[in-house]
Amino acid sequence: MSTEVTEVVKPVGLPRLNEPAPDFEAVTTHGVIRLSDYRGRWLILFSHPADFTPVCTTEFIAFAEIYPELQKRGVDLLGLSIDSVYSHIAWVRNIKEKTGVEIPFPIIADLNKEVATLYGMIMPGESKTETSRCVFVIDPDGILRAMIYYPLTTGRNMHEILRLVDALQTTDKYKVATPANWKPGDKVIVPAPRTLEEAEERVKAGYECTDWYLCKKEL
Amino acid sequence: MACISADGTLTASARKILEALSESATPEEIVHVTGLPLFRVRSGLREMAQAGLVEEKEGRYSLTESGKQKL
Repeated sequence: MSTEVTEVVKPVGLPRLNEPAPDFEAVTTHGVIRLSDYRGRWLILFSHPADFTPVCTTEFIAFAEIYPELQKRGVDLLGLSIDSVYSHIAWVRNIKEKTGVEIPFPIIADLNKEVATLYGMIMPGESKTETSRCVFVIDPDGILRAMIYYPLTTGRNMHEILRLVDALQTTDKYKVATPANWKPGDKVIVPAPRTLEEAEERVKAGYECTDWYLCKKEL
Repeated sequence: MACISADGTLTASARKILEALSESATPEEIVHVTGLPLFRVRSGLREMAQAGLVEEKEGRYSLTESGKQKL
């Protein structure tokens, strides 16, 4: 019998789309916050690798720049990294001092990696001590609706985050889907028919159809 | 703590929340009066309830005697 001790690696799952986003209570730069405090509002929970690092600083400035647009859409922002709340406070103050940009949203100080683990934000192949650049879009009912994962080296695209929010909200409001590269004002996709009868009715319905399964309409 | 400082004094946002409770109110009504974000009002009410400054009944918050004395 082998006496070799093997390390037990606890599997860490990723949260799943269209299921309730994992709840948490966390220390932030705006006090102790629970995920449920955002119920009734859209929320973008996002992680960054570390405070006082160059790509993250450009991202925080960019998140602050789109914050008013997100607020118009009923969306709040909540950042996270495995840093202390004192580090977050110092970094936010430094960004304001050096660039004039005020960071208006709270940042979770996830020193014990509790939230990062719940949401699968740590990619050990990249770093065991830093969170990757993750984005989780959570709807007003607390359901996880979208996830984006970027590596440590690549700053996120704020236009895409706004576009994603617009697409999700348009889908909810009009019960439609959105095609590749869709942006507000473009035609949307009528959900594909699921029966032969629906398919035959669809092509006569007056939509702009390439075929029975791909029909678009103006909103 | 976001509402009650280490020396026991109220932060500006905590004072705003308490001042909005001249009558009992829901978190959403407090948001309307104070202009504070909903998450901030909910987390603040939770903290001040734990400190005995406000109490909740059927989703509405009101000041306790300690809460009134803080103002």
